[in-house]
Formats: sequence, C-alpha cells, structure tokens
Amino acid sequence: MQPPQSTQNALAETDILAETDQIVSRHMTREGPLLPILHDMQDSFGHIPAAAIPRIADHLNLTRAEVHGVISFYHDFRDQPAGRHSLKICRSEACQAVGGAALSDHAKRRLGIDWHQTTEDGGITLEPIYCLGLCACGPAVLVDGDVVARVDADRLDTLIEGLSE
Amino acid sequence: MKIYVPRDAAARALGADAVAKALAAEAGRRGMDVEIIRNGSRGMVWLEPLVEIDRDGVRHAFGPMTPADVPGLFDGDGDKALGPTEDLDWMRRQTRLTFARCGVIDPLSLSDYEAHGGLTGLRRALGMGAEAIVEEVTASGLRGRGGAGFPTGIKWNTVRQADADQKYIVCNADEGDSGTFADRMIMEGDPFSLIEGMVIAGLGVGATQGYVYLRSEYPDAIDVMERAVDIARNNNVLGDVLHSGHHFDMEIRVGAGAYVCGEETSLLNSLEGKRGVVRAKPPLPALEGFLGKPTVVNNVISLATVPVIFERGAQHYADFGLGRSRGTVTLQIAGNVARGGLFETAFGVSLGEVVNDIAGGTLSGRPVKAVQVGGPLGAYLPVSKFDTPLGYEELDAQGGLIGHAGLVVFDDTADMRGLARFAMEFCAVESCGKCTPCRIGAVRGVETIDRIGQGDASAIPLLEDLCETMKDGSLCALGGFTPFPVMSALTHFPDEFAAAKEAAE
Repeated sequence: MQPPQSTQNALAETDILAETDQIVSRHMTREGPLLPILHDMQDSFGHIPAAAIPRIADHLNLTRAEVHGVISFYHDFRDQPAGRHSLKICRSEACQAVGGAALSDHAKRRLGIDWHQTTEDGGITLEPIYCLGLCACGPAVLVDGDVVARVDADRLDTLIEGLSE
Repeated sequence: MKIYVPRDAAARALGADAVAKALAAEAGRRGMDVEIIRNGSRGMVWLEPLVEIDRDGVRHAFGPMTPADVPGLFDGDGDKALGPTEDLDWMRRQTRLTFARCGVIDPLSLSDYEAHGGLTGLRRALGMGAEAIVEEVTASGLRGRGGAGFPTGIKWNTVRQADADQKYIVCNADEGDSGTFADRMIMEGDPFSLIEGMVIAGLGVGATQGYVYLRSEYPDAIDVMERAVDIARNNNVLGDVLHSGHHFDMEIRVGAGAYVCGEETSLLNSLEGKRGVVRAKPPLPALEGFLGKPTVVNNVISLATVPVIFERGAQHYADFGLGRSRGTVTLQIAGNVARGGLFETAFGVSLGEVVNDIAGGTLSGRPVKAVQVGGPLGAYLPVSKFDTPLGYEELDAQGGLIGHAGLVVFDDTADMRGLARFAMEFCAVESCGKCTPCRIGAVRGVETIDRIGQGDASAIPLLEDLCETMKDGSLCALGGFTPFPVMSALTHFPDEFAAAKEAAE
C-alpha cells in the first residue's frame, strides 16, 4: 500500500495513456482483471485519471460507463488526487467501545476538515475506515498504510505532527 | 539464541517493529548471536508486543514490551517476564486446533510448517480420492465459519458433483466485521494452513484454480499471503501438488474497501471485476459461481481448519463442540475488555464466562453493559443473557447470530441508541444498492432513529415495522441482519429510546 501521490497533476494525457497500456498489459491474462488494474492505476497516479477510463474500457471490451461504475462503487478508488498523506480512522463498533468516536471528532477539529476532505495545504486526507482488524487494541488508525493501535487524542496529535514535518 | 517478535498487525500497531530493532541493536552491543524470528501472534493482544525467548526448547514470554524494556530482558528476566508461554492461563485453557501453529512457527518457513504437522493432512488427502475427501469434511461436522454456518461438506459435495470443465475454490478473506480478526491473524501467522486447506478443497471438488479475496484494509496479511503463495509454488505445494500429478494453483486478489463484498455473491462479482452487487440466489455459487462455473466459497477459518481435520481425522475434530456446532470456535474478544484477543475453544462456552472470566471484564473497569456478538450485523446482548452458550443455534434463539465469532464488549457508558443509529448508517454507506429494503430502508432507519432521539415516541413502532421489512425483504445479510443490532438495542435497552422522549418534553 503506497501513500497516494498528488504530484502527477500535470501529467500529459499521452503519458497517462502509455502508463495505462502498460498496467493493463500486466493483468490481461488474469481472470477478471479490472480490480488489479485499478489498484495499480491508483498506486501509479494516486487516483484513476478520467483520461484513462476510455482506454481501460477499450482494452477490456467494456463500456466507459461500466468502468466508471466499478470505480465509483468501491471506497478505495478515487477520481481526484488525495493529499500527500493519508489518515484513516476506524469508525467500527469495537473502536467506538474504547473512544473511537471522540478520536474521530478530535481529528476533524484538529485538521479543520470533515471525512473525505483534504487539509488546505494538501497535506492530509482524512477518511473513515471500517475495521482494520485491530479490535482488541482500539482505537486504530492507518497512517500512510501503517497501522497504529490504542490511539488517543495526544497520540493522534503526535502522528499528525509527524506527517507535517 | 532464538527470539520471537510477532509480525502480526496488532503487534506491529503496538510497536513490535521498534522492539525488534532494539533487540537486534542490544544483542549487537553485547556481541550476542541472536536470531530474531517474526512470528504470528499468540492471540494475547493485551500483552503485545509479546516477545518470546527460547531457552532449552521452552519459550518464555515477555510483554507488553517496549524498546526501553529490552536491556532488562537480556540482563535477567526484567519486570515484563511472564514465564513459559504455554503455562499462561490464556494458553492452557484453549483447545488450539485451527490456531495450533499460529504464533509458534515462522509464518514463512515451509520447513517449520511441516515440522509442526503441516502438509500431513494434504499427503493423506492425496491418497484418498475426491469422494472420500468430501466425506471426511462432512464427517467432521465443520460448518462455515464466516457466519452462515452452512455445512462445509455439503457445499463441497454440490461442487464435486457439478459437471464442468473448470471449477474454482474462492476463499472469502473479506473479514469486514468489526470485532473480528481471526482471518487476519491466521493469514499473518500461519498462511500455509490456508493454502493447504484450499489445495485439499481443490482435490475434493475437482478445482484447479483458487483465489483469496483479501480486503485492502489488511496490508500486512496481503504481504504475507503473497509471499507464502510464492513459496508454496516454488516448493510444489501449488502447481503439480507434491508431484502427485494433481494440479492446483492460486492467486491473492485485493478488495477495494466495500464491506458488502464479504457477501459471497457480491464477492464473486467483485472478483470478476464488476461492481460488488449482490446476486440473487439461486443459482447457488456452488453451481454457478465465479465466471459462471461451480465454485466453493469458504471463509478463511473454514479452509484453514481443513488441514487439521485431515491430519488428526474427522472424528477427532467432531469430538469437540455442542449440539450441531462441532469442533472449535475461534473467539475474537474485542472492544472494551481487559484481556482481548483470540481464544480458540470448543463450542458451548457461555458468553458470560468469556466476557467476565477469560477477558477479565472491561478495560475501563466499569460494569459491562452489552456485548455485540457476531459483528456489525449481530445482536447487542445485555448481561442478563450471559448464560447463552456460544453456538450457531443458541445465538439464533436469542435473536442474534454467532457470525464470525467476534465479541465486542461495551461498558456502561455505551450509547445504545447511538449504536443502533450507527448500524443503520453503516448499512446505508455499505449497501450495494440492488434491493430497496436495504438501500432505502437503511437511510429511513437513520432518520427514524433521529426522530426517536428528538422525542417522537410514535417513531418507535415505525422503526420496528421498518426492521421487519428489511429483515424479510432484503436480498442478503447486510439489509437482512442490520435489524439485529437495531432491534436488540431497542428490546434490551428500551429506556434509552424512551429517555429521549422524556428529555424532549
């Protein structure tokens, strides 16, 4: 799991298409290749660029609407770049039992954003996540793909400060 | 000297990597020759990172460890010494069949796996023939550990008897239920047991290709499983299975953050690269599953339990349990508990014994208010239901489900109306949108609970009616079971729904 990168905004469409062709060709022999393709696209670009959708559809003999439908169905796939860092906080019941809701509120206040938003400086995107499987040591968060457990407000502040450096 | 430091995600999330680094550095300073093995977790999450030192073949536990505790560990026992791991109360009280190797072996050492009984079951299965393999599973009484509890042998037999040019084994590793982490732990701690179970399933039903649909929220499990599959392939566990002429291969597929994809038909659509929309049944996946071919869809724990059934024999497994719930249940004790983690035991232990005795009550020290059994679609059970034995039928009789056997404990500060609202909100966020009771019902459910919160008591019968509609009219368990947490909260904690009314007046 790579942290999403937001630096590719300026990528030319030809570059996007060339990279898309490469990614698709890596997975074409798989049965049901679309999800692996979209994961790799997101790893490369930090999101799924709109320009790539007709190209993917073409390769897989799907309609653009079908590819768009898949992208929009799954929480993981983004159509816009995220911030430089990703902070996901578990909202599930086990984390709620040990103060997860208060932790989420604290994160929103501290960052000045709501779920699915990115801080003004493009630094951190805040997202809810439904269970990291760390239910006996909650509240749990995922920071740029790394799991951290038993997080309270102070610990979260330290984590956020670590990302701002 | 061998030192074990878990690589399990829970241990890492509590600082195991830093401890491993400190151990290596300290050993280097002292000029000691140590081998640090990153094992799975023993399941005692409250003691993680739990470090073990092998002394004359006996493993001694230390935990919860911090880097600052490391010098003390080398000097003598230090104040984190817990004694021999196997002598700890938590370990002695368990019956570890599925999790026998988890936390014991190096997860990515196939020789370690074999030295602890691994591949014995597969070798036996290779000499049995397809029909006998399926009969063995049927005789063990194994039922689906994902929650539905369908007899595994019957499912396999349907696939075995189906006539097709291609069949599949699909492992459901989309463990999205809050309070559950057994799948994650076994994949990170003993991945070959799952691989071996899938190969045996393939031999039993005549499938040559398997997929593990693994959720993206588990980066550590994805990493371990992918490496384990490579190792298995390089050592002919996969491919030409142990040079038997039988072929089976498999692939790890990563989900994309949709809870509903834990439902088997939605999972199959997702695996095919489609929206994870639920399919109507029939046709059963056993007859028309992945790409329309006969497919076994089993949970991780179901499949990872298959090797031990073949290693020790079906009867050995069936001898444990209660009523029609045979074998062991891998309880995951979570939420507000003093001692949380994984506890494998025969079916039939009571809810109260698990929560009060094994788990030691709440972490906060406050009284227990409710336990949600079986994930976000399971019922909230009050303390008055603590004599309920944990089994499929027993939980069903309480208006709940054992599900994936996760128990989430709440203390007396829990807001039951808030939790009921969350259940509806979660259903609304995660609904695949195919059927109306779930898609619309969940949204109306949130609104109706908000009305109750504003003091509108007339909304209570409306909520009950809505829950009935969702239960009877939804296509799958998401819409169909969301009423369990909602109605159990309303039934067992009516004051919290009525209090809102009084407060508003």
